[in-house]
Amino acid sequence: MYPSRFGYESPKTVEEAVALLDAHGGEAKVLAGGQSLVPMMRLRFAAPEMIVDINGIEDLHYNRVEADGTVRIGALCRHEELEDNPAIAKAIPTIAAAAPLVADPIVRTRGTFVGSVCHADPQGDWAATMTALGGHIVAQGPKGKRDIPIAEFVIGPFQNTLAFNEIAVEAVIPAPKGVRVGNYLKLERRVGDFATASVAVTIDMQGDTVAYAGIALAGVGGRTINANEAASALVGKKLTAENIASVAAAVAAVAEPRTDHRGSADYKRQIVKTFVERILTGLLNTSQKAA
Amino acid sequence: MALDEIKIGGLGASRRRVEDNRFIRGKGNYVDDIVLPGMLHMELLRSPVAHARIKSIDVSKAYDIPGVRLVLTGEMMAARNLAWMPTLSYDTQAVLATDKVRFQGQEVAAVIADDPYIAKDACQAIVVEYEQLPVIVNPFQAMESGSEVIRDDKENQPGNKVFDWEIGDKAATDKAFAEADVISKMELHYPRSHPSPMETCGSIADFNRATGKLTVYMTSQAPHIVRAAVAMVAELPEHMIRIVSPDLGGGFGNKVPIYPGYVISILASILTEVPVKWIEDKTGNLISTGFGRDVYLQGEMALRKDGKMLGMRMKTISDHGAFYADAQPSKFKIGLMHSAFAAYDLPAAHLESVGYYTNKAPGGVAYRCSFRVTEAMFFQERMVHAAANDLGMDQAEFRRINLVKDDMFPYRTAFGFLTDSGQYGKCLDIGMKAIGYDTYKAEQAEARSRGKLLGIGISTMTEPLGAGNSREYDILGIKMFDSAELRVHMTGKAILRTGAMNQGQGHQTTWAQIVAHELGIPADDVTVEEGDTDTAPFGMGTYASRSTPVAGAAVAMVARKIRAKARKIAAHLLEVSEEDIEWELGRFYVRSNKERGVTIQDCALAAYSNMPDGMEPGLENNAYYDPPNLTWPFAAYFVKVEVDAETGVWDVLKVVAVDDCGVRINPMVVEGQIMGGLTEAYAMASMQYQTYDDEGNCIGSNYMDYLLPTAWETPGFELHEVVTPCPHHPIGAKGVGECATVAGPAAFVNAVVDALGHLGVRNIDMPMMPNRVYEALTTGKDISGMPPVKMGD
Repeated sequence: MYPSRFGYESPKTVEEAVALLDAHGGEAKVLAGGQSLVPMMRLRFAAPEMIVDINGIEDLHYNRVEADGTVRIGALCRHEELEDNPAIAKAIPTIAAAAPLVADPIVRTRGTFVGSVCHADPQGDWAATMTALGGHIVAQGPKGKRDIPIAEFVIGPFQNTLAFNEIAVEAVIPAPKGVRVGNYLKLERRVGDFATASVAVTIDMQGDTVAYAGIALAGVGGRTINANEAASALVGKKLTAENIASVAAAVAAVAEPRTDHRGSADYKRQIVKTFVERILTGLLNTSQKAA
Repeated sequence: MALDEIKIGGLGASRRRVEDNRFIRGKGNYVDDIVLPGMLHMELLRSPVAHARIKSIDVSKAYDIPGVRLVLTGEMMAARNLAWMPTLSYDTQAVLATDKVRFQGQEVAAVIADDPYIAKDACQAIVVEYEQLPVIVNPFQAMESGSEVIRDDKENQPGNKVFDWEIGDKAATDKAFAEADVISKMELHYPRSHPSPMETCGSIADFNRATGKLTVYMTSQAPHIVRAAVAMVAELPEHMIRIVSPDLGGGFGNKVPIYPGYVISILASILTEVPVKWIEDKTGNLISTGFGRDVYLQGEMALRKDGKMLGMRMKTISDHGAFYADAQPSKFKIGLMHSAFAAYDLPAAHLESVGYYTNKAPGGVAYRCSFRVTEAMFFQERMVHAAANDLGMDQAEFRRINLVKDDMFPYRTAFGFLTDSGQYGKCLDIGMKAIGYDTYKAEQAEARSRGKLLGIGISTMTEPLGAGNSREYDILGIKMFDSAELRVHMTGKAILRTGAMNQGQGHQTTWAQIVAHELGIPADDVTVEEGDTDTAPFGMGTYASRSTPVAGAAVAMVARKIRAKARKIAAHLLEVSEEDIEWELGRFYVRSNKERGVTIQDCALAAYSNMPDGMEPGLENNAYYDPPNLTWPFAAYFVKVEVDAETGVWDVLKVVAVDDCGVRINPMVVEGQIMGGLTEAYAMASMQYQTYDDEGNCIGSNYMDYLLPTAWETPGFELHEVVTPCPHHPIGAKGVGECATVAGPAAFVNAVVDALGHLGVRNIDMPMMPNRVYEALTTGKDISGMPPVKMGD
């Protein structure tokens, strides 16, 4: 790989990292997992003047479930650390289901959850998952920390609302309103391919009634598709075949797919509808079995 | 006592590959591993557009960058008569563009600098002004009257047609159609694919002004042809050119042609008088180098209602890109397309082929295809599938009726090939049993009742491997023989060199096994070398599954020459006449007293220390082998799939491959070849293709767009073996390297089409991506990868 010439710094604290970003006035890039940034530099689509490598900031390397069920994922938590992770699987089934479908095993050992959300790729798995879960990002800049709700963080294709001198240090997923269930399905032509369509579903159940429902889509629009409004039709109701069918149709309607070599817009909508149905039906069957 | 052949690593021994020891330890020696003192680095600037006139090239800003030593443009090449070079198909190809660029990725300028980073920076600093021209991205646009003439550099090239060619007996074929009860039709596109070897192309040219010698380390499957070509193009004397192909990281036909980068690096070294290294990047490899397929095929089959094939009409329209650079036997314009239907007792056939220039990368005969046999057999097996359905006959039964029977050999095919051996029916039987064919109809019906779509696809074929014989096969006049040179040292160890060129086939391992078989020298005692034109005998290289049929035969023949000399030495040592000597593996003995004998090692020592009076010392020889015929392996492949009706996703439930490639030198290596080929067949069928948008942008210029299956998607394979020795090959072997790539894709497509057959679907063009399959199963219509233009009559 022969990228353009760039400077490199490896700070030991977030404060130092923020100072470096501030000093380079928008010409610096944060390197965490590097699984999107480095390929772009290799192709010379990106040519940052300065790389601020945060991998030496050990404080950012964690994921934890707090007593109340809130989940915190630090900026250096790799995708693979969310795979086969019993605590995460219990707290957020959607993340556990999506983790093994992120890119390929090589990418998952390096790439980070928070980095992927920041990258805001319309086909990214974590931006969709965070959207369904209604989480927020903690950004740290020269003036300290602020929380940015995910809906205000990922605002378009490859666009987030971090200031040039801010670092996303943590992703936070709120505690469930009951028993949290969920799943993630993705159609890809091959492991590591961008999704033809992905569906993230998360449901909080109180007894057999839905207390929270979040659905978001990847690959079916120029941005991460927030289908939470369509999903909210389930709140206060039971999961039934009828409710499932109507939500699946409503979610498919808010997708914004385009026809390309992965398939026609109609085909992608069909996949979204099928996946929403399959996930919700699966959750229904599991809950019936448990009962 | 004779040696145990398996113990010494002879024929039939699944000996571990010698070369893997260094490859898996990271100790291979690829072109990019070679570092020469004072070496400079070259980077190519490629055209971002598919068709344009070059108005100006300004290289001044490139020279402003420290470390830039030389910038070459087409104009500078032209001044040395090197702007254009001949291709392997009697056409010409631009080295660096002068007048126009004719495909996206074409070489426009080259920067030679102190390191590759600087060279890349400097390429970005070159300013080229393009005036865009209309772009032609398929042969149907190319054939339209009034369309832009791509090759206006050529005289006598009024349009975009490259060739118009036919073969077969038209009158006999017309007669067969007149007598037919049923006529079945098939029309499809075999999309363009790229071999994408793990290692890209590259070279290090090292011209030494003091000695006048040019050494080029390069990624070539055919280094000896390159030496001849460089001698002719660069006007350097052939004895002052040394081409060295070190370890190759895959080839698959991608490394047969001679690419502009090689030629430019040579000129750069001559001008700078230091070694110049060029290593292509992945995108450069994918968008500019030899591709495979991109052929539209159409045909119809005349049938009797009892299932007998009567005749076949075929037409191909092929897309050759901007330069006709196909690496193939020169006599045949569309490779060995006319090998189609060679496995079937087909009385009459006719093929018409037309090739066109387009604004796409040149090439056409790469990717493990045995000179377009891939397309021929794919079409054949899709046609056979459709014909069986049109007759309402079972797929296996229809094949059984029409496959050539064991007692019909030698069999002259409708297109004139002579097949010589095989047990086609036996292979079919083994495959049917292994896939569970007798219960599958019931299984399919049961699955359909649950909304599941189940299908089995069959592909049976024989293909011509091992070009050639010198009567029929040459490339630019050079006959397609091959060679081996064997030198047995005094301690009985040996070095073998051949004119072939290993690129993953395992020659280092298998050639030594042939020597072990012929001479009883343990395979571990034989060094194998290839690829250095100063030391290896002249040969045509490795592609089209020709190594074992041709160079492998030469290895056996040279070993037999050595054995003949050793026999005379043995007679001398045993003090008997040569007529009284018998041979068993590794040992000569006196016929009347088996206990009295000498080993091949004894003879080797004597060749240097105690030779008979009047005998030339030493124990070495060479052999050039001109095969009497091609070899004809047979393959019967079965694939079972299940299609998800809601998404179009299809899962492979089972793959059964029955291969008869004659005598297997190393069964493990053969199985590896078959598994690799089946993986590529699955790839073609499911995801791997290169396409272009209307502006001629290559969709497939990186591995996010050009999909190669991983171990995750690739199904498992169940392999079976039948052995019908080749009657003319010295050890009875047939080619096998490409059988699975050739016969495999149709088995996958036939399976998916079978699963959807009850819905009225006859064809889904590859790759059968889920969206295509979904469209087929919801509409009941065929899915074509063709542009919205018909092929006409």
